[in-house]
Amino acid sequence: MTATLDAPQQPGSLKSSSGVSKLGDKIFGGVSKGAGILILVVLAAVAAFLIAQAIPTFTGETDKPFPQYVGPLIFGTIWSAFLALVIATPLAVAVALFTSHYAPRRLAAPLGWFIDLLAAVPSVVYGLWGSGVFAPVLARSVYPWLEDNLGFIPLFKGPASTSGRTMMTVALVLAVMILPIITAISREVFLQTPRLHEEASLALGATRWEMIRQSVLPYGRSGVISGAMLGLGRALGETMAVAIILSPANIITFNTISNQNPNTIAANIALKFPESAGINVNRLIATGLVLFVLTFFVNAIARRIARAGFSGAEG
Amino acid sequence: MNISSIRRRALAAAVVGTLVLAACGDDDDSSSETTAAGAATTGGATTTAGGTETTKGGSTTTTEGGTATTKGGSTTTTKGGSSTTAGGSGTTAPMKPVSGTLVGSGATSQAAAMQAWTVGFQETNPDATVQYDPVGSGGGRTAFLSGGADFAGSDAALNDEDFEKSKERCGDDGAIDLPHYISPIAIAYNLPGVDGLKLTPATTAGIFAGKITKWDDAAIKADNSGVELPDTAINPVHRSDESGTTQNFTDYLHATAPDVWSEEAAQAWPDSFGGEGAQGTSGVVAAIGAGEGSVGYADASQVGELGVAQIKVGSAFVELSAEAAAKAVEVSDKTPGRSQYDVSFKLNRTTTEAGVYPITLVSYHIVCLKYGDQAKADLVKAFMGYVGSSGGQEAAAKAAGSAPMTAELMKQVVTSVEQISAG
Repeated sequence: MTATLDAPQQPGSLKSSSGVSKLGDKIFGGVSKGAGILILVVLAAVAAFLIAQAIPTFTGETDKPFPQYVGPLIFGTIWSAFLALVIATPLAVAVALFTSHYAPRRLAAPLGWFIDLLAAVPSVVYGLWGSGVFAPVLARSVYPWLEDNLGFIPLFKGPASTSGRTMMTVALVLAVMILPIITAISREVFLQTPRLHEEASLALGATRWEMIRQSVLPYGRSGVISGAMLGLGRALGETMAVAIILSPANIITFNTISNQNPNTIAANIALKFPESAGINVNRLIATGLVLFVLTFFVNAIARRIARAGFSGAEG
Repeated sequence: MNISSIRRRALAAAVVGTLVLAACGDDDDSSSETTAAGAATTGGATTTAGGTETTKGGSTTTTEGGTATTKGGSTTTTKGGSSTTAGGSGTTAPMKPVSGTLVGSGATSQAAAMQAWTVGFQETNPDATVQYDPVGSGGGRTAFLSGGADFAGSDAALNDEDFEKSKERCGDDGAIDLPHYISPIAIAYNLPGVDGLKLTPATTAGIFAGKITKWDDAAIKADNSGVELPDTAINPVHRSDESGTTQNFTDYLHATAPDVWSEEAAQAWPDSFGGEGAQGTSGVVAAIGAGEGSVGYADASQVGELGVAQIKVGSAFVELSAEAAAKAVEVSDKTPGRSQYDVSFKLNRTTTEAGVYPITLVSYHIVCLKYGDQAKADLVKAFMGYVGSSGGQEAAAKAAGSAPMTAELMKQVVTSVEQISAG
């Protein structure tokens, strides 16, 4: 195929002079647009399915009003994800800082790989490990101590569960699961800190920690937050680990070490769906719709915060 | 590069070819002869088509056709020169291997047994395939009623509403339930040093309702004189997922101790009674094993090393056994308002008969009495005939720990399966 030359271009014109590349542009542009539209269509189809299947819940007869049914589930979902985030984020930032600024080069890369390996473990395996190994260990040593010494805090009111399958265990396991996500993103962001900022800080006499506090952390703030929001999204939707580990009850409580814990939406669906029939299936899908909307909002908030810009770079 | 990649492909083809040839080899039919009529035997006895079948030395003979056999060396004969059919001994319909695909779905409790039944059935009907999807009883019933499945496995018989719906799918005769899977539910506990714990219905209800909180409570002590009970706290464990096991257990508690257990029977554990929740039978067993002083209810075949309580029935304490569980079905009334061929029961939890273990789960196979085409009807009839035969029931008992149907029950089921036809 020979490229044909058009008439000499007018100054200022940006049109391509080759027929081949015009076709390539068209095709690639079309494919990109198609891919974007396809994603939107899939998302819309999922939303339509959720809404269509959930509607009979509100028009039909269930044994419990829907808000009463889904209230403890929403609480459990947000509470477990929040606890996991609070535990995981400082740890992830610390690991990321160690990898990017403290560790010798030869240690940094393998450490990164091992952290990423945590993300490769299936969530069912986390559930079995948490329920079979981790929970009994916590139940033997940690929970009785918490109940005896810190029992005045509503979080540790007890009575401590003998099997350890509690909200605290779930939060710890979820924290381990979302750690690699937050760590990976934080590490990338910290490595992007402009060398000039770091050098300037050191030149002014700052210690390494002061340099990190002054130039790295502010620069990476929005990146860390967006990583944390990704982790939060995973924690909100985590199903099998919670279903296997948690001992659920239909209550709202801040007590994290007893065997009466609020269940999460996803785990509730996993537990109830196989034996459900009729309007109960619709009700479960309605809770799925609630989770969908919840995650949507969380992601929207995350985007807004992350787009707030590199506050450290600006000033 | 080219040659080595060709060599690699040739090696892969050789490996695949070897595996295919190995798989196509003869199946090992251990110690049994199959006849042209396709009857299978176990236990070393021979069946001949068109004649008498004899049992040697007291071994049990089972045929694919579902003859009721007796242990202890008696002879079973078939009359009329034909081999046995799903209808049981003495019927005259000829039995040839069926072919086709049988699609079923439903209860997860039957999943292990269903695998054994599939293998057993396909041994004598190599052209038939059985597919079972353990989506849960609710999903199975829905699939069956909509025509998506040929039969359903369900922990509960069809309720009246679904029975009316089945008339659309199966014709005016509707669908019938066959109690092919009887599984006792054990009350398992973790108390080192305590063997043979005895519990009355009121005590059991009190424990699981959270009213009785210590093992050395007066109520438990009263029934267990001579046993040293520790003052450990009781940790009652229940199923966190919906299940037929919970349905049957809460049905027992509500029927025998309604003043303590005020909630109706349900697949989901009632919110008002606390306790620890675990996912699945294996989760409950693991949870009981993990905490000393824990007690819970689970399918008897899965409790492993845990202690199992004896239940008071009438005036005696009954130990859990397959026979006692199967007897619980016999002392129960059939569901009213159904076809005469329906074999579903409203289990009698408050029976006082001797030797009955009332905490039993009965899982049914729901089939139409009339199917659209002959091939499908034959296929269903043959499979249900096998499942309901002693061979099928023994296979399930071995694979899943269920209780085989009693001879009396088997007779009823066999009569009903006989009625499956095309039309």
